[in-house]
Order: sequence, then structure tokens, then C-alpha cells
Amino acid sequence: MKIFLARRLAQSLLVLLGVSFIVFFILYLTGDPALVLLPPDSSEEDVQKFRQAMGFNDPFIVQYGRFLVGALHGNFGQSVRHGEPAFNLVVERMPATFELSGAALLVALCLAIPAGIVSAVKRNTILDYISTVVALLGQSMPTFWLGIMLILVFSVQFNLLPSSGRGNFQHLVLPAITLGLFTTARITRLTRSGMLEVLSQDYIRTARAKGVSGPPVVWKHALKNAAIPIVTIVGIELGTLLGGSVITETIFAWPGVGRLSVQAIYNRDYPVVQAAVFLLSSTFVLVNLFVDVLYTYLDPRIRLR
Amino acid sequence: MSVPISARPIDLAGTRSPARREWVVFARRLARRRTALFGLVVVAVVIVAALGAPWLVQYDPIEQDITNRLRPPGALDAAGRSHLFGTDHLGRDLLARMIFGARPALMVGFAAVAISGVLGMAVGLISGYFGGRIDDVFMRLADIQLAFPFILLAIAVIGVLGPSLPVIIVVIGVSSWVVYARVVRGAVLSLREREFVQAAHALGSGDGRVLIRHILPNAFTPWLVVATLDMARVIVIESALSFLGLGVQPPTPTWGGMLADGRVYISTAWWLATFPGLAILVTVLGINLFGDGLRDTLDPRLKL
Repeated sequence: MKIFLARRLAQSLLVLLGVSFIVFFILYLTGDPALVLLPPDSSEEDVQKFRQAMGFNDPFIVQYGRFLVGALHGNFGQSVRHGEPAFNLVVERMPATFELSGAALLVALCLAIPAGIVSAVKRNTILDYISTVVALLGQSMPTFWLGIMLILVFSVQFNLLPSSGRGNFQHLVLPAITLGLFTTARITRLTRSGMLEVLSQDYIRTARAKGVSGPPVVWKHALKNAAIPIVTIVGIELGTLLGGSVITETIFAWPGVGRLSVQAIYNRDYPVVQAAVFLLSSTFVLVNLFVDVLYTYLDPRIRLR
Repeated sequence: MSVPISARPIDLAGTRSPARREWVVFARRLARRRTALFGLVVVAVVIVAALGAPWLVQYDPIEQDITNRLRPPGALDAAGRSHLFGTDHLGRDLLARMIFGARPALMVGFAAVAISGVLGMAVGLISGYFGGRIDDVFMRLADIQLAFPFILLAIAVIGVLGPSLPVIIVVIGVSSWVVYARVVRGAVLSLREREFVQAAHALGSGDGRVLIRHILPNAFTPWLVVATLDMARVIVIESALSFLGLGVQPPTPTWGGMLADGRVYISTAWWLATFPGLAILVTVLGINLFGDGLRDTLDPRLKL
């Protein structure tokens, strides 16, 4: 178990190192930051002095090393736009993004798991068809369109819910549904197929033969075994949610990391982009590490590998 | 010494028929799934619309007609022709723009899937066949790739390089290889141990020949299923990028760009944002239905 944990931890660190390299490399490729940072009428001499002072003339690997050391200390440089440390700007927005992603995941799990179970247990009934069709639609619907349609119906037509900003519970409803629908669809389909597979296993038949009646078989015997793939996908889906928050936050003017980074890209505020991508990726890696550890408790066979 | 070999002509059609028959059987099985067939029809309609756009539309998709702006669906113009889906804020016919909008969507879809499919196939074959160190390196790369919030990465790169069709295609293509690589690798791992592969080795085939001639054709089916379903994802991403203003640039009509325009007029002209979104939804739904059918017919055990 300890070996498994150590190996898994080393893997996560390696992934983060790779992420940091790519984040740095992409923005290194983007050209001369001096031209972006300095006013357009600066003289050639000023540009050279600035480049020297900021270390833009150093070899690539030196610059990367400096970036990495800085990143480990939470130092991604000053935001060009806001004049504050980029790290702080991103960290300030993190709670909003976590709130939105968390709410979306909650919506997804609360809808998807019951829907998937009902679908599997009442296979080929009208309930199964409805849930399958809804899941299929949810998987095919572009997030940004769903968001706009929800605003059209609930904010513009009926004036029930606010269409932008963050504040009380009402603000959270539309963005959470928008962001969560795709994940809901994915988990519904996975729960259904997982439950169908488990329900046809011998141990379920044995339990039934021994007189365990309907619902306990489903909840106690089947769901426990069907939970394993669901837990894995929750980890992966959280990546989808963190990434998807970029678009959802833009539509609903939600003050999170996603919206911040889109604005930072438009403003060519690269320190903020680097900090945002790095922190979102780190969150994703950490969550997946946690999920993997959880996984070994659900399925002890994994530890042996 | 030459021994005359009996010169009975080989019946070429006869030797080809088993493989052909397999395809016919497969097509019949696929056709029996009504949802998959429906998906195929939808996809075919979209492809025809994209290819035949100039002949299908009544209006120019780019020419502005300010006197006819924001007309509701079904409004008639001066010549008595109907704007079936209404007009946009610059008086352009929405239906014409939607039909032309299928072009960038499909172009990015096919091209990006081709790039990531070939990359992923190559990585999967090599990784699964040779294993060991190479495999470790590729799989860690896959982890790194998956740890990125994809859309953010795409926005960053496109924001820097400037939005154009080739940039969009390459960015999506290069960053989507992981699913292909994983599925192909999984298939190769089990194919590697099969008798026909060992037989090929025993007969003296090198690694390259075994990979291309014996393993690749057998790993093709799961790859095809992934490619079909990935196409749906790529089309959504293309429209998301256009929506954010980072796709193919105006005045070229894109579904995402039309949605972004329509969003501004959401309280006065609902049709502007509604119909382009429906176009995306129907297209993606069609591809998903077809892909699901393809998977269930070709490889029901494949988990995607």
C-alpha cells in the first residue's frame, strides 16, 4: 500500500513538472514579452535594457528554471493588467470556480446516479427510454448554447433567476445546471451500463436466490460494485468541469478563474494565464490522486498491481 | 528445376468475397439499429449541406441588408421570398448562414480528427507493441496532456498565434491524441500475444511488417469508433472557440460565431441564438447516435 502511494505520488509530481514545462514553453513561444509589456513608443535601447533586467535574454533552460522555482514559491510574476501578483489574482478567484464546479458536480451526481440506476433496473421501460434520450441530448448539447437558452427562458422570459454575477443561491442555479449537464449525461450512461453489467453477475443471482429481495440487492450488492467506474469518472469529469468553467463563467459573468484567464488572454496578460493554467491543472492532478487512493479502498485488487 | 504449377486461374472475386461479405453483414447489422441509421442520415444531410451550400441557399450568407435586420422567422422580403429562420442584426438570412456554417465545423472536424487519429494510432501501436520504457514515456505524456484544461490551452495558443483555420485544426488535432492512443494500445496489448502474430514472427516478419500488416488492421475497429465519437467533441470545441471569438473569423459564418452575435440580442430576437445552437445540437447528436451504433455493432465491449 505504501509503495503504491509513493509511486502514485511520484507520478503526480512528474505530471505537474510536465505541465509546468508546457505552460512555460507555450508562452515562451508567444514571442517577445518586452514588446507587450512596454509602451509601444519605447526606444530600442529601453527595450534592450528591459529585456536584460527581466532576464528575457537568458537561455531557454535558465528562464524555465527561474519560472519553475518561482512557481514553487507561488510567484508567477506581476499581472501586466492589474499590477498585482498573478498568483494572488488567481487564488482569489479559486473559491468562485470551486463553488461552481462543486455545485455542478453535485447536480450531476444527484441526477445521474438515480437516473442510471432506475434506467438499469427498469430496463426497456418508458423510464429507461426517457433517461437515455435525455442523457444523449445532454451529451450532444453545447454548453454555451444551453446557458444562453436557460437565460432566455428563466431570466428574459419569466424573470425568475439572475443571468449573471455571483452572490446568493439563485445566482448559482443556472450556471451549475449549464456546467453540470454534460457530466450528468456521462455519469448517467456509465451508471446504467455499469449496473446492467453487475446485475447480470452470478453473485447477484445468488443473492436473489437466497431470498434477498429487490431494493436491497440493488443498493447493497449491485451499487457497491458498480461504484468503482463511477468514482474514476468523477475524477476525470472534474477536469471537464474545471475546463468547462471557462465558457460557463464567460456566459454568466461568474467571477472565477476561467473568466479571469479568458480576459487575461485577450489582454495578453501572460503571467496570469500561466498561473491560472498551472493552478487549474494542479487541482485536477491532486483530485485524481485523491480519487486513485479512494479507489484502492473500493477495489483492493488495484493495490496488488 | 522448374515444376509446372497447375495453372488453374484463381477466382479473384471468390477470394475477395469473405471480407466483402463481412462488410455486408456489418452494414446490415448497423442498418437494423434504427437510431444509428437515423444518426447516419443526419450526418449525411449535414455533409450534403456543407458541400452544396452555394446551390442550396436563396440568399448570400455575407451580404448585409440593413433595411431587413432582425426579421422574425418566416418574414417575407420585398421579392416575396421567405426568411425561414429570420434575419440577423445585419439583415443576413439566418438559414443561409447556418448552411454555410456547416463548412468550417465539418472541415475542422475531419481535419483535426485525422491529425489526432493518426498521431494516436502511431503512439498506441508503438506503445502497446514495444512496451517498456517507450510505453512509460508515452503514457506519462498522456497523463500530462489530460491534466490540462483543454479549452484553456487551446485559447492560450490560439490567442497567441492568432485565429485561423489551420491554427485551430492543428491545436485541436495535436492535443486530442490521448483517447486514440489508449484505445489502440489496449487492443495491441492483447493482439501482441495472439497466435497469428506469433506465426508472422516465426515466418520471419520484422516488427514493422507485423505492426502494419497484422496488428494495425485488427486495432482499426476500436480506433474507428473513437474517431467517430471524437468528431462530435471536436465540432463542439470548434463552435466553442468561434463563440469566444477565437474561431474562423467573421464575416465567414460559423455556428459558434452566430451564437455569440445572437447572445447580444437575446431579449429582442430569440431566433438568432436558438437556431445556430440547434444546428450544432442536431449535428453532434447525429454523430453520437451513429458512433454509438458503430460501437455496439463493431465492438460492444469497448468502454467509451
